[in-house]
Amino acid sequence: MKRFSIFLLVFAVALLSLMPAAAQDEAPSGDLEIFSWWVGGGEAAGLEALIEDFAAKYPDVNVINAAVAGGAGVNATAVLTSRMLGGDPPDTFQWHAGEELSSIWVRAGLLEPLNDMYEENGWFEAFPQGLLDLISDDEGNVYVVPVNIHRSNVMWYVPGNLEEWGVTVPASWDEFVNETCPTLQEQGVTPISVGETWTQVHLWESVALGVLGPEGYAGLWDGSTDWTSDTVTSVFETFGQVLDCANEDMSALSWQDASQMVAEGSAAFNIMGDWAAGLFLVDLGLVADEGFAWAPSPGTEGTFMMLSDTFGLPVGAPNAGAVRAWLNYLGSVEAQDIFNPLKGSLPANTQADISNEELYNVYFQDAYNDWTSNEIAGSLAHGVVASRAFMNGFNDIIASFAADHDATSAAANAAILGLQTGDF
Amino acid sequence: MGRGKRDRIVAILMLLPSIILLAIFVYYFIGSNVLTSLTDSNVVQRLSQQPANYVGMQNYESLFTGTLNGRFRIDIINTIFFTVLFIAACLSIGLLLAVLLDQKIKGEAIFRTIFLFPMALSFVVTGVIWKWLFNPSNGINVLPTFIGLPPIDFDWFISQERWFEFNWQDFPVIVSIVIAAIIFAVGVYFLYKQRTPTAYYIIGFALLMSVWILLGGAASLNGLARQETHGFNLALFALVVAATWQMSGYTMAMYLAGLRGIPEELREAARVDGAGELGVYRYVVMPMLAPITLSAIIILGHISLKIFDLVFVMGGGDNLFIDMPGINMYFTTFRGQEFGVGAAIATIMLVMVATVIIPYLVSSLRTEEVNS
Repeated sequence: MKRFSIFLLVFAVALLSLMPAAAQDEAPSGDLEIFSWWVGGGEAAGLEALIEDFAAKYPDVNVINAAVAGGAGVNATAVLTSRMLGGDPPDTFQWHAGEELSSIWVRAGLLEPLNDMYEENGWFEAFPQGLLDLISDDEGNVYVVPVNIHRSNVMWYVPGNLEEWGVTVPASWDEFVNETCPTLQEQGVTPISVGETWTQVHLWESVALGVLGPEGYAGLWDGSTDWTSDTVTSVFETFGQVLDCANEDMSALSWQDASQMVAEGSAAFNIMGDWAAGLFLVDLGLVADEGFAWAPSPGTEGTFMMLSDTFGLPVGAPNAGAVRAWLNYLGSVEAQDIFNPLKGSLPANTQADISNEELYNVYFQDAYNDWTSNEIAGSLAHGVVASRAFMNGFNDIIASFAADHDATSAAANAAILGLQTGDF
Repeated sequence: MGRGKRDRIVAILMLLPSIILLAIFVYYFIGSNVLTSLTDSNVVQRLSQQPANYVGMQNYESLFTGTLNGRFRIDIINTIFFTVLFIAACLSIGLLLAVLLDQKIKGEAIFRTIFLFPMALSFVVTGVIWKWLFNPSNGINVLPTFIGLPPIDFDWFISQERWFEFNWQDFPVIVSIVIAAIIFAVGVYFLYKQRTPTAYYIIGFALLMSVWILLGGAASLNGLARQETHGFNLALFALVVAATWQMSGYTMAMYLAGLRGIPEELREAARVDGAGELGVYRYVVMPMLAPITLSAIIILGHISLKIFDLVFVMGGGDNLFIDMPGINMYFTTFRGQEFGVGAAIATIMLVMVATVIIPYLVSSLRTEEVNS
């Protein structure tokens, strides 16, 4: 009898200790560590605005902004990996949607599925299907919440300058290499500005999409386009010709330096993701359609090459309740309309208020039309179509190609690399 | 006796913590790194808690012979050229400065401070400064225009020019010939100095090695299927200038200390014997500075073999014309997240540094034994 009453007592205490945990589901509290590589410019501003708004809604949550600077995410990746391996995961972390996500985190089973959250919020309808495919596995489990959409195949130019030099926006890479480039070079203008190696990979994906078309390009990543075929070799050949039209000091320039060459009038074109719109509009104070303008990169009219930043819930996150609240907030129209105008990207949630011109500038109005009507392709340089291991090796291939211009060996090496890393 | 024993126990107890820490944090980690380099460990395996597979020497083999690892071979060539140039520049500039300072000039302390000062900076700072200075369009290239001359036309660290091009498939032969030549020279040196039988063995070995090279033994070491040209990248000049700027003050300080250690009587004696000022340096000063040159080579050598920060800051990381193994290791491990291959590169770097350090340690241990 006595034993039973002790049991009851223990049971009651146990029940009591569970109470706060149950309450936590309603109003999350404690620390919430948000891991990213957004440390500068619009990205950091966007993240800080999000955190501020989130903290106002959940005053009990203490948000820790654990952004790691440097190396275009390389340092952050190193820190994140060692923390995950050491059993000390952050509550939530930034990662690119696509193969980069699934080849590591989803395959290793380190992210919690978020299907219930998607159903509750009606996000299966709010996010475009093409994007959902990139962030879920074959069984339909969704693992992350995307905050934005970027376009990578954008060609930037200054309309007045083009008129002065007597060229128009080229419709294909053939036209660029054979007509636009010589005309510009005769006048001492750099036809296209490029920066350090990752921006060359960024240029390569636009050339590949332009030469192969959306189907051929997609085939590179599912094995239906043969890397050693003549068509892929011709991608590298065209890429080499494009590099011959570029500035010689590429390895000394960041993407900002390269884009700025266009604004300054020393180069005619630059291919960069749409974060360059922020550089032109905000940093350089130019007026859209006058000071700068844009077009899909040659031969990619009708295709939107995209990338997307996402956050997820790692298995064993210390404060899962707060992460769920954060992710719930992140996918909402409200959060996306706070973040994206600052970061300079499109909202991933299609219910966001894109037509509001105070929030989304004229570039994004235009890009949004393309996003909703174009065919979608995934960016290589930003981890949508290939794993990190492939990306690293491909970077080396492009770096040596820039020096030796050997198209056959570059294509063959890429094929071997793809087999080695298991990407296609 | 009792006291000696107690002293010994105290000494052991005092040393024990650092020995244990060294054993764990240096030697255990070296061992674990070597073990990792024999596996195909990568991030997906580690995160999904699957064991890595043992692959033997495959990582090393593919680094030296795999078509995809051209970058690593560029790094090896770059390291060799950079190390040789950097050490030669530091030694000659350091010696020149030291000899000049040794002329009992006024304000010597000020000059000494000025020349030593760069050493107080980190390579990262040096890299940032020289990256600005070497900017082809507005760095030191435009200096001559201030006095009406045309600007310098050199691309510095983004130069893509290459001298002494050779095929990597010939690399084993070239290295073997160089090694055989060095062994032969050492043998001749011993023969000239002290006619011991060892000298004959050394020369004999060098001759045997030449026969082996002539018979195609070295050529058969080549494992690369296709031709691959490497050479001296002119962009390395930028690195050499920046690194020399930082480290030549250090060699100057060492040489200056050495010069000060030479008794004035010796020089006087040489002068009395009829040596000119050049002769004093040639026959008295220089031989006495030889041990200093050796220690400077060791210190500079291990710095240049594992250099990372200077190149990373100046080149941004993916400029293969100034790439170094350390950078490749960093990118392979943390960007590609191929831990096995990264560990293999790290192990090769350790071996390179060890070939410089170990002979030095052995020789200095020997001198200590002789002295005690």
